[in-house]
Amino acid sequence: MQFFGGSEISPSPPVPTATGNNAHMMYIFNRNGVCLLYREWNRPLHTLNSQQDHKLMFGLLFSLKSLTAKMDPTNAEKGNLGIPQLPGQGCSFHSFRTNTYKLSFMETPSGIKFILITNPRTGDLRETLKYIYNLYVEYVAKNALYTPGTLIRCELFNTALDQYVRSIA
Amino acid sequence: MSAIYSLYIINKSGGLIFYKDYGSKGRMDTNDSLRVASLWHSMHAISQQLSPTTGCTGIELLEADTFDLHCFQSLTGTKFFVVCEPGTQNMEALLKVVYELYTDYVLKNPFYEMEMPIRCELFDINLTQAIQKDRVVLLGR
Repeated sequence: MQFFGGSEISPSPPVPTATGNNAHMMYIFNRNGVCLLYREWNRPLHTLNSQQDHKLMFGLLFSLKSLTAKMDPTNAEKGNLGIPQLPGQGCSFHSFRTNTYKLSFMETPSGIKFILITNPRTGDLRETLKYIYNLYVEYVAKNALYTPGTLIRCELFNTALDQYVRSIA
Repeated sequence: MSAIYSLYIINKSGGLIFYKDYGSKGRMDTNDSLRVASLWHSMHAISQQLSPTTGCTGIELLEADTFDLHCFQSLTGTKFFVVCEPGTQNMEALLKVVYELYTDYVLKNPFYEMEMPIRCELFDINLTQAIQKDRVVLLGR
């Protein structure tokens, strides 16, 4: 695949190990809470309709970030709970795990949030999310026909994402 | 340098009944700790709604940049959670020990009112001992 300028996708992806226990779902939000992408590969249980589900997910992440910024034990100077944090400001979480799933989270400096939901035994997915961010930059941000802040409808991005996610252990 | 920063216990309605800080720079006053506890209670509940499969019992581990948060929920809905350094081992075991101390020194105390803040001396003493023992084990490696 030749990109204009011959740019390399970096960082190089983590070496795929197992045959691929598919991830459950993936969400991408922008800084205003608009859901740019929702991919579902394996979700037996749907609790709410998709609009409510997206809003709930965004709300959960917003509140968790607020909580971690406030709970940060290494920082004495903190604002009040609930103050909107700039991306990168204050301590942020990168994953949480329940008994049925593990949610990995990454926020870029531009406020784009990547959320990947996998089985609970998955390891640290920070490098994976960084690679997915690079896929986003190459296939979506550099796509002249894509309007930022709207739903992502880029076939190449979806294909590349599906292929990559299949290779995550 | 302690590996454990603080310990919280919340009742089944989300109210904070116990908060102990073991030396972090982020020590919070009463109001803030109450708010944080209720927020955690809600987040714990919401995370169950977003599960892709059935049978989710809420967040057990939250990993942030500068700390980890381990949470244990008893069958009655009382939540015990501890804020510790990233990568600290055996926090689950510690939380189970704290739960045992809670049942022995708090619930079996006839003067303790359910769901109220814990003011039991024996619980405090034994808890400190348990945390100290843990600390010695961790640092003694």
